[in-house]
Amino acid sequence: MQRKKRRSYGWLQVCVHMAALLPLAWLTWQATQGALTANPIQAAEQRTGDTAITLLLLSLACTPLLTITQFAPFQRFRRPLGVYAFLYASIHFSLFVGLDYLFDFRAIWADTSGKRYIWVGLAAFVGLIPLAATSFTRMMRRMGKDWKRLHRVVYAVAVLAVIHFAWVVKGDLSRLQGDIARPALAVVVVALLLAARLPAVRKRLRRT
Amino acid sequence: MTRFRANIPSSEITPESLYMSRRQWMKWAAVGAAGATLAACAPGSSSAGSSAPAATPVKGTVIPGQTDELGNKLNSLADITHYNNYYEFTTSKEDVAPMSTGFSTDGWQVEVGGLVNKPGKFSVDELIKKYSPEERIYRLRCVEAWSMVVPWMGFSLAKLLKDVEPQSGAQYVAFTTLQAPDRFPGQKDPSYPWPYSEGLRLDEAMNDLAIFGTGLYGKPLPAQDGAPIRLVVPWKYGFKSIKAIVTIDLVAEMPKTMWSSIASNEYGFYANVNPQVDHPRWSQATERRIGELGRRPTLMFNGYAEQVASLYTKLDLRANY
Repeated sequence: MQRKKRRSYGWLQVCVHMAALLPLAWLTWQATQGALTANPIQAAEQRTGDTAITLLLLSLACTPLLTITQFAPFQRFRRPLGVYAFLYASIHFSLFVGLDYLFDFRAIWADTSGKRYIWVGLAAFVGLIPLAATSFTRMMRRMGKDWKRLHRVVYAVAVLAVIHFAWVVKGDLSRLQGDIARPALAVVVVALLLAARLPAVRKRLRRT
Repeated sequence: MTRFRANIPSSEITPESLYMSRRQWMKWAAVGAAGATLAACAPGSSSAGSSAPAATPVKGTVIPGQTDELGNKLNSLADITHYNNYYEFTTSKEDVAPMSTGFSTDGWQVEVGGLVNKPGKFSVDELIKKYSPEERIYRLRCVEAWSMVVPWMGFSLAKLLKDVEPQSGAQYVAFTTLQAPDRFPGQKDPSYPWPYSEGLRLDEAMNDLAIFGTGLYGKPLPAQDGAPIRLVVPWKYGFKSIKAIVTIDLVAEMPKTMWSSIASNEYGFYANVNPQVDHPRWSQATERRIGELGRRPTLMFNGYAEQVASLYTKLDLRANY
């Protein structure tokens, strides 16, 4: 392979941070302007959820993209994208508990205990917590091999998050009805990203 | 009786041009510029009528601080006209308002038939003239667990139904929406069995609470809210209140309804608001009142149990959701 000068691509890194924060800035601005529909809590919940899933899938796309393109900076987008996915998931969760239900845990339990989409979503969020907590370079070094092992949880998180998305929208994937275009896309993307991790596929990606 | 009935007969309603101050007019116009300004969509923006500094309450319009019979504040006209479930236009509640701006209801006719002695085709103008709509402030509880308080203009179904003389075999009333994919782009989606159809048991339809909605905030019904004529059945989930009605049929058998034929396990024929019977995917115990933080407990029959519970004494409401 051709030897290239090592470039840091710092500006690209800055772009990634800005792009990841933009949806939050836009959401906050719209909220202060009262422009979040007649049902602003639900709109904010949905949009933070959408962004969290998008960032999570983008984070997972970094490694296959690196394999395919050999463009080194992809490697360095993975972590910020993942951490921002956690940030949005945290806001999503907090809006639900804090603004939607005003911390009325009895009401939350009564409303959600039997609802599978809630449990799947909660599991995805809880799964992200240890990953975010160990996302610092120091932890990565200290944990060594365990770090890598722990962070494989992200694959399960991605699957759970996409199931949560598919179950919560007004529509039915199995009947191909309603608002299913986006969850269907998410299912396809997550399937492709997970397939890209299979050794056989990985080898082939590298060759092309 | 409760206060859902306006204290003022609609015959006393002064034509709006006579009473509306210039300032009020300007506000109405601003709101009417459907979705042109985001400010009009602001959940906090009060309705034009209620914020007007009118010294004397104007008949037929919303009086400042007016509430439903339980003391709930009305939702703003902006909320009621910019958060609509109307799949004939789009499945996006926010996009119905801009998409419905050009929807014409001129010359709209409603055909009443089936098991009746006096079937007929009536223009909506004719119906409005004949049955003089009055204001009814109703809570609207969507099956999606949000709710609003809406000052409708409308007249009881019973008035029209009595006039067409149902025959003894008539047990149910079936309604259908206009089928016109060129005007209702959502009807091009083949995954729904268009046209939208709904139904009521005849005794439900004859209950005084059930109305044909023809207006909102004292004005003609906006397209996005089901113009020119829709059902408003406040003790049932919103999807029962079919919009843009073109046919009304009295029938002997329980009619098919669109939502129950799509997903009978999720949407039943009765669809009475019932906090004890959950939708399979989400709870119906609480609801979000549009414009409020937190949740409210959902009331049995949406708070209209006194008027309608007697209709269901023989019915297992868990089986007949």
